[in-house]
Amino acid sequence: MTEERDTISEKVEEIYRTESRRILATLIRLLGDFDLAEEALQNAFAAAVSSWPRDGLPENPRAWLVSVGRFKAVDVLRRRARFDAVQSELAKMLETTTEQGVEAPSLEDDRLRLIFVCCHPALPPDAQIALTLREVCGLTTEEIARAYLTTATTVAQRIVRAKSKIRDAKIPYEVPFSSELAERLEMVLHVIYLIFNEGYSASSGDKLTRGELTQEAIRLTRLLIELLPQPDSEATGLLALMLLHESRSATRMSAQGEVVLLEQQDRSQWNREQIAEGVGLVRKALAARNVGPYTLQAAIAALHAEAPNSNATAWNEIVGFYDLLQKIEPSAVVELNRAVAVAMRDGDAEGLRLIDELFAKGELKSYSFAHAGRAELCRRLGKNGEARKSYERALELMEQEPERRFIQQRLQGLGDKGS
Amino acid sequence: MKYLCVVYTEEAKLAALPDKEFEQLDADSLAYDKEMREAGYFLAAQALQSVQTATTLRVRKNKLSATDGPFAETKEQLCGFVLIQAKDLNEAIRVASKIPSARVGSVEVRPVRELERKERWDKRG
Repeated sequence: MTEERDTISEKVEEIYRTESRRILATLIRLLGDFDLAEEALQNAFAAAVSSWPRDGLPENPRAWLVSVGRFKAVDVLRRRARFDAVQSELAKMLETTTEQGVEAPSLEDDRLRLIFVCCHPALPPDAQIALTLREVCGLTTEEIARAYLTTATTVAQRIVRAKSKIRDAKIPYEVPFSSELAERLEMVLHVIYLIFNEGYSASSGDKLTRGELTQEAIRLTRLLIELLPQPDSEATGLLALMLLHESRSATRMSAQGEVVLLEQQDRSQWNREQIAEGVGLVRKALAARNVGPYTLQAAIAALHAEAPNSNATAWNEIVGFYDLLQKIEPSAVVELNRAVAVAMRDGDAEGLRLIDELFAKGELKSYSFAHAGRAELCRRLGKNGEARKSYERALELMEQEPERRFIQQRLQGLGDKGS
Repeated sequence: MKYLCVVYTEEAKLAALPDKEFEQLDADSLAYDKEMREAGYFLAAQALQSVQTATTLRVRKNKLSATDGPFAETKEQLCGFVLIQAKDLNEAIRVASKIPSARVGSVEVRPVRELERKERWDKRG
């Protein structure tokens, strides 16, 4: 009996882990209120812990939890109703809604609705990120705060404000109309990519938590792809891009926490499984009618991932993909990356010429990587004086410690004398 | 739910529009009012005279002060409003995004606080 009780409480824990976000999403739809739904979710699981060991596991635990959660919410509203006529109306309305909707066929869509609410353009970007991580991924405010190097109070405040706006401006709990879906999906993908980048490029703060951000971003994209009514090539492209970046995560830093450039990374340590999945996804995304920026960046990352070493990389194809990227989403950063790829294909002098052209146009003057890239090319060409100037400028603009150390080492390597 | 769509434009830019375009904007606005009315969204709409015509009032300790000009100097100026009835913010955005002056200026969409229903004002904002 005790053994059985143990397995049941393990089962409750497992259901909490795997189903709680899905149940929450459905409760938010049924109750129309985030906080009420959170409370209902906690109450439903508390009820499960006390009644399942006695009555046994229900046939459909998720439906049981949704239904109990809803009744508990009605209770909460009724208690509040003693003080408030509006709440009383709400409670009555909820009570009279039939069981339909609890197990409606659209149940799966609830999580998709939740993602679109959390990433609604009417909410400020940092609130979109916090709300998505909290409500969709189930991270605690403390975990989010640690990952973003801010306080739990700040994160909690962002979430509270966002929820107030959702309620007061009446942001609906719905998947956008098909005419608006593409545009809104683009915003969701952008939020996910911001979450990924925060985890990927961070070199300060709690590394472990930040690594979790990249995992959450990948998980979220998988969920999105699974839930979307129609496949979206850019969602596929973004998943590929993140997997391909993530495949190199073990080699981007040395054991001492130093930056290791792509050329010097130990390619045998790259995650082959992630590369294989990423490359497969890129092929699929490239076959779509409209190829978008995430897919093109993923295609470039795939070419790097498949190359046995830097020299044997398909630089010509990479330059080609940068040309396409520049066509659909022109930016100086893309031009800079293209210039670096040209340097690998046609020689450092040609790359340097392109970067100097960019600077002459007044672009990228405060972008540290542009100066570091220029310095690197100058160094290879033996122009040590020019290299020094650019490294020094890059150093002034850099904030992350490992990157600063890298540049300082390069400066020392140039020797004391400029030329 | 009611939403007020507050239209802002740079008056200088508006003034610089060729007559034809200015008249077209007026005609488009009237046509869109009609479209909104037929679809059941429209409650009220007006364009405003220039901010130069504005007078700002304050009553402090029962004393009225009236000053010339708008309440604040901004880059874009309040130039009109549309009050609509919509089921939620997404519908309101859908309707407001087609307001013709959104093409030259900005449209701020604000939910109405119903005083009769004692809707609270969120002070945290």
